[in-house]
Amino acid sequence: MHYDFHWQVLWSGQSGRWLLQGLGTTLAISSLAWLLAVGLGILSGALRTVPWKALRAVAAFYVEFFRNVPLLVWMFFWYFGVPPLLPEAAREWLFDHGAEFWAGMFALGVYHGARMSEVIRSGIQSIPKTQFEAAVAMGLTTFQAYRLVILPIALRLIVPPATSESLNLLKNSSVALTISVAELTFQTRQIETYTARAIEALTAGTVIYLVLCVGIATIMARVERRFAIPGLIARGG
Amino acid sequence: MLDLSVIVNNFAFLVVQGLLGLGGFTGGTLRLAIPAIVLGFVLGIFIGIARLARAWWISLPATLYVEFFRGVPLVMVIFWIWFIIPQLLRRPIPEYGVALTAFVVFEAAYFGEIVRAGIQSVPRGQVEAATALGLTRAQSMRFVVLPQAIRNMVPSLVTQMIVLFKDTSLASIIGYVDLTKAAQIVNNREIRPFELYLFIAVVYFVFTYSMSRIAARFERRLA
Repeated sequence: MHYDFHWQVLWSGQSGRWLLQGLGTTLAISSLAWLLAVGLGILSGALRTVPWKALRAVAAFYVEFFRNVPLLVWMFFWYFGVPPLLPEAAREWLFDHGAEFWAGMFALGVYHGARMSEVIRSGIQSIPKTQFEAAVAMGLTTFQAYRLVILPIALRLIVPPATSESLNLLKNSSVALTISVAELTFQTRQIETYTARAIEALTAGTVIYLVLCVGIATIMARVERRFAIPGLIARGG
Repeated sequence: MLDLSVIVNNFAFLVVQGLLGLGGFTGGTLRLAIPAIVLGFVLGIFIGIARLARAWWISLPATLYVEFFRGVPLVMVIFWIWFIIPQLLRRPIPEYGVALTAFVVFEAAYFGEIVRAGIQSVPRGQVEAATALGLTRAQSMRFVVLPQAIRNMVPSLVTQMIVLFKDTSLASIIGYVDLTKAAQIVNNREIRPFELYLFIAVVYFVFTYSMSRIAARFERRLA
C-alpha cells in the first residue's frame, strides 16, 4: 500500500483550531456529565443499600433501566424525544442555548450515573456491616451514618473502579457526535471532510484521546495511593 | 399523548428488519452482535494468553494492543476501520464488514483482559501438578487451566457481552441498519421520536436484562 502522508493539514488552515475546540467541548461535556454521574451515582448507590424497600426499588429501577440501554439510544431520546414535550418557552430557550450540548451532557451523565451507582454500591457493600451498626449504636441517624461513616470509607475504597468508569465516560462522550455536538471525534471527522486526509485526521484525534486517558490514569494512580486506607487495601508493589 | 400506533404500524420493520436483520436492508442487531461476540471472544483468548507469555516479543505487542484499544473510543475505531480497510483492500466493503471488523478488533482487547484475569485466578499448583503429570505447557493450558479459567470468567464475560450488544447500536453511525437505525428511519417519516426511542430502549433492555438474569442464575449454580 502506498500512501503519501500530509501531516501539515493538521496545522494549516482551520484544522488546529477545530481540534482545540473539539478537545475543549469534549472536556466540558465530560466534566459536567461526570459531576451529574457522580451525584446520581452516590445517591442511587447509597439508596440501594438502605433499609427501606421502596427506596431500594426506585434506585434499582433507575440503575437497571438506564445502564442496560445503549447510550446512543439515550442520546436520541433526550435530544429528539424529550424537547417536544417541554413547554414552548423552555424548548425555545434550550434551542437558543445549544440544545444538543445539554441533551448530550444529560444523556451521558444519567447513563453513567447508573453505571457509577454500581461501583459505589459495591464499595458500600464491601464495608463490614458492623461499621453501620456501630454508627447507629453511637446514636447517629441512618442519614448521618451514611454521610459521616459509610460514604467516606466507600469513596476511598472505590478510587480504582471509579477511575476506569470515569475514563469510560470520557471516551463515551464521542457518542455525542451523533447529535452533532462538536466534540473531538466530530471535529476529527470535520477535518477529514475538508481536507480528505482521513489517516492524518484520525491519528490526531486518536493521539489526543490516548494522551487524555493515559494522563488521567497516571494521575489517579497517585491519588489512589494517597487515599488508600492504611491496612485495608493490600496493593501489590 | 403517547401514540403507540406508530410502534404497531412499524413493528415488523423495527423488529424483523432492525433487530433480526431479515428484510430488504443488510442489517440487524443480532446478526451483528452474535458473530461479534463469538469472534471477539476467540481473538480475546489469544490476546489474553499472549499477554501472559514469557517471551517479551509476544507479551509486549499484546499488552500494547490492549492498552491502545482501551484508551480510544469505539466510535473512533469504527471510523478508522471505515477508512483504512477500503484503502488496504483497494475496494469498497459493505457496512456489515466494517462494523463486524471494528467490534471484533475493539472488543477483543476487553475480552483479552477478562481471559488474562481468569487465567491468573487459577492457582499455580494446578499448572505445577499438570507439569508433574507430564503435560506440555500447551496441553496444561488446554486441558487444565482454560477449563477452570473460563468458569471463573463467566460473570465478567456476560457483562462484556451485554456491553457489546449495546455497543452494536453504534454501527448505525456508518449506516448499518440495526435496531437503532431502523427507529431513525421510521422516525424520519413519522416524527414520533419519544415513542420510537422509548420503544427500542425497552427492546434493548429486555435483551440485556434477561442476559444478566440468566447469568446470575448460572453463577449461583456454579458457586
